[in-house]
Amino acid sequence: MPETRDSIHDIWGPRTPHQGQWPTRVDERTTEEPDHWVQSACVLCSNGCGCDIGVKNGRIVGVRGRAVDRVNHGRLGPKGLHGWEANNSPDRLTTPLIRRNGQLEPATWDEAMSLIVSKSKELIKEHTASAIGFYTSGQLFIEDYYTLGVLGKAGLGTPHMDGNTRLCTATAGAALKITFGTDGQAGSYADLDTTEAVLLVGHNMASQQTVLWARVLDRLASPNPPQLVVIDPRRTFTAEQATVHLAPRAGTNVAVLNGLLHLLIENGHVNYDFIENHTVGFEKLVKTVGKWTPERVEALTGVPAAKLWAAAEILGTCRTLVSTALQGVYQSMQATAAAVQVNNINLVRGLLGSPGNAILQMNGQPTSQNTRECGADGDLPGFRNWDNPDHIKELAKLWNVEMDKIPHWAPPTHAMQIWRYCETGSIKMLWIQATNPAVSLPELDRIRKILKKKDLLVVVQDAFMTETAKLADVVLPAALWGEKTGTFTNTDRTVHISHKAVDPPGQARPDFDILLDYAQRMEFRDKDGAPLIKWTTPEECFEAWKACSKGRPCDYSGMSYAKLSEGSGIQWPCNEQYPDGAAHLYPDHQFNTHADYCETYGYDLVTGAEKQPQEYKANDPNGRAILLAADYEPPHEEPDEAYPLWFTTGRVVHHFHTRTKTGRARALQAAAPEGFVQLSAEDAARYDIADGDLVEVTSRRGRATEPARISGIEPGLVFMPFHYGYWDQPEDGRKRAANELTITEWDPVSKQPHFKYAAVRIRKVTA
Amino acid sequence: MHLGNYLGILENSEKQLCDAFEQVARHHKDEPDIEQMCHKLSAWSREHRGRVMGFVAKYSEDRSSEPKNLKRDLFDQPRKGSLALLRDLHDLWLLTQEVQLCWTVIKQAALALRDEELKATYEFCCARTKRQGDWLLGRIKQAAPQTLIVAA
Ligand code: SF4
Repeated sequence: MPETRDSIHDIWGPRTPHQGQWPTRVDERTTEEPDHWVQSACVLCSNGCGCDIGVKNGRIVGVRGRAVDRVNHGRLGPKGLHGWEANNSPDRLTTPLIRRNGQLEPATWDEAMSLIVSKSKELIKEHTASAIGFYTSGQLFIEDYYTLGVLGKAGLGTPHMDGNTRLCTATAGAALKITFGTDGQAGSYADLDTTEAVLLVGHNMASQQTVLWARVLDRLASPNPPQLVVIDPRRTFTAEQATVHLAPRAGTNVAVLNGLLHLLIENGHVNYDFIENHTVGFEKLVKTVGKWTPERVEALTGVPAAKLWAAAEILGTCRTLVSTALQGVYQSMQATAAAVQVNNINLVRGLLGSPGNAILQMNGQPTSQNTRECGADGDLPGFRNWDNPDHIKELAKLWNVEMDKIPHWAPPTHAMQIWRYCETGSIKMLWIQATNPAVSLPELDRIRKILKKKDLLVVVQDAFMTETAKLADVVLPAALWGEKTGTFTNTDRTVHISHKAVDPPGQARPDFDILLDYAQRMEFRDKDGAPLIKWTTPEECFEAWKACSKGRPCDYSGMSYAKLSEGSGIQWPCNEQYPDGAAHLYPDHQFNTHADYCETYGYDLVTGAEKQPQEYKANDPNGRAILLAADYEPPHEEPDEAYPLWFTTGRVVHHFHTRTKTGRARALQAAAPEGFVQLSAEDAARYDIADGDLVEVTSRRGRATEPARISGIEPGLVFMPFHYGYWDQPEDGRKRAANELTITEWDPVSKQPHFKYAAVRIRKVTA
Repeated sequence: MHLGNYLGILENSEKQLCDAFEQVARHHKDEPDIEQMCHKLSAWSREHRGRVMGFVAKYSEDRSSEPKNLKRDLFDQPRKGSLALLRDLHDLWLLTQEVQLCWTVIKQAALALRDEELKATYEFCCARTKRQGDWLLGRIKQAAPQTLIVAA
């Protein structure tokens, strides 16, 4: 059956060189001839490639890229072309389960939901809703998140709602808020089609967003290629294509970025007009970066001064610039401080808001943008400011509830604190949706202990028996993508609709239906006694979300299910002013920093303390962007005699998250069947380790053993991919997951955990 | 002139704050953000104290007697648990206010004496004392509802 290309071995496909309009190439892979196609988009990374789902006899038999889609112009990557196979896996959960006498046993939906509801009511009566927490996902749809956000905030009134987006994109959101006043990516993917330079910071685009990388490769193959500056401690596929590759020591991103800013200023490569008219904070920035001379940067980070110069020359002289950041920034030391410096580079050059210029603080998961927009994480719906009473009033009016029903006395509880409250026993019911913390959170031994606690009722809503579901008290079988209708938004603000193509297996239900069922059984009411949740279908919910988003930066009011189903993805804001969406935010360099409009009053980048409203209002930036400076701070845990090596974690091209889906797609699993420990040749020699030898890595928190892979990585640094857990492994007692080793520690501002650094030791395991 | 005395009081209160942050870091190791931030903020106070020492020496001939011991009985017993955490943060915040007030007093003298160096030291240190207090206040606000209403 048609497979237009072998994406497993040729990840990015043949070149279609371009400048300007990116040519179309439709990638397709089906295992049987579909009897019809259903419009959708891929949910296996934040790129959001438009695709159609091929259906035959009520089963998914393949996918093809949508030629008309602005994101991918028909292309799909290996995960997109293969990942759908997971839908048909025999491992799908098909019936609710309840733990009885220590065993998970099949139950009816009524039994499972009644149990959750009676527990909720009992807890509320005894302890208030603050005894209930939600840990949701970056993989659901707008309709799921918004329903969850409303029932949690205005129904239950619990402040404890966050998602695994805390692990993947919290820093993107925080950095955008701090610089521009609200969340929202300033540019578009299309800016890559014309830009003169690309700066990728801690972003291995080649492995993460393979289709976006194909767009860059196509530019590189054109007569007028952009120059690439890559900052990454590993020699990744992305770094291999760099004009200049800077490989700093772990935890030193801020020093490198300050070094670059210093050179831009020193060389006069800044736009003083722009700075004067459209920013605040330049003086302090000059002062802070002033001491980061190339020599000093080299001494601390190991980046040769000459290379820093070369990079600064590119960034200082290009006439257009796309800057991106991802986990190498977000999951490292000083995450938010570093991400903000990436924003500052475009700002001091005044390169923003026009074609070829973009800042893409990338997202990790496909729909994490929506977790942030819809208030299913530590943010309020529509990028509203929890510290601004007028914003709370707007929500209260919209939902017809009393203002104080909505928790707004402190910032919504972040995920790591939610887990801490579970550990100390003040959260007594935790509802986990479409995510697998027993593999993806740091310090897994601790997480397993929490999940097993007797006084914590753990509800897991998922499509598979994950490592987390195995420890649950109640398991709710959920429908997957392709089995439900909804909308979601990628990193560059493109909104797609994904129509239901097939029925979910067995008794599995869409997340949306499960949440509505809960709301109904809990009898959540507005202040007039009418049901709080006034929608029963995804489309009605989307209409409600449009009303909530209207007038805010993420304005969806000009969209509809019909419009999204006509062509393909549409960017927000989409409203009267931009009926077809806007490619750039801030075309007039008016930013969202007005005190009455902004999403945050700012933070102390070192302590994470939130600035007081009065303080912000006294110096209202009033539409200027904020150049917030940050100095380098040394990490908390550093290699020492006992643990002499740096440890970092990351991803491989063929897998997504904890492989619940990609591990069940035959070719993806075959291409990357097991984890590994990546070492430099120098360290391998020092420890007498050969390629393929089993290596035990130990940190203060645990150990993991995987085969060695000796290749391009800085000496002194050890890398493991975080995808590999235990669901498909023999129960041989061998610990494999990278997160056995990671540290329970987080960025003070974004609260994103530090997955990218820990101190470890290694030894060869002789069988 | 009593400036020397007051500098002694300031030095002593920075020392107390420094020690208190360290103690709270030790007592609440299980709260990762508390432990790390308290270590960091303790280091700030240690540095401030070092800077103040120079001025204590400079103005020491004016000192009439030993600085008054401001030590409170705040941190004598190790306290554990969420209520203890809240109380410890509360006490830390009070100590930052003490330090801040001392700095305000010293600043007045620095201005009157036109001691530029002391003025610069005030500006550097007092701004950071405020940041210590801001962090504590934020963390207190976060912890308060859960501790008072739900925690065992
Ligand atoms: S790049 Fe991302 S969205 Fe596109 S096909 Fe690959 S995994 Fe799916």
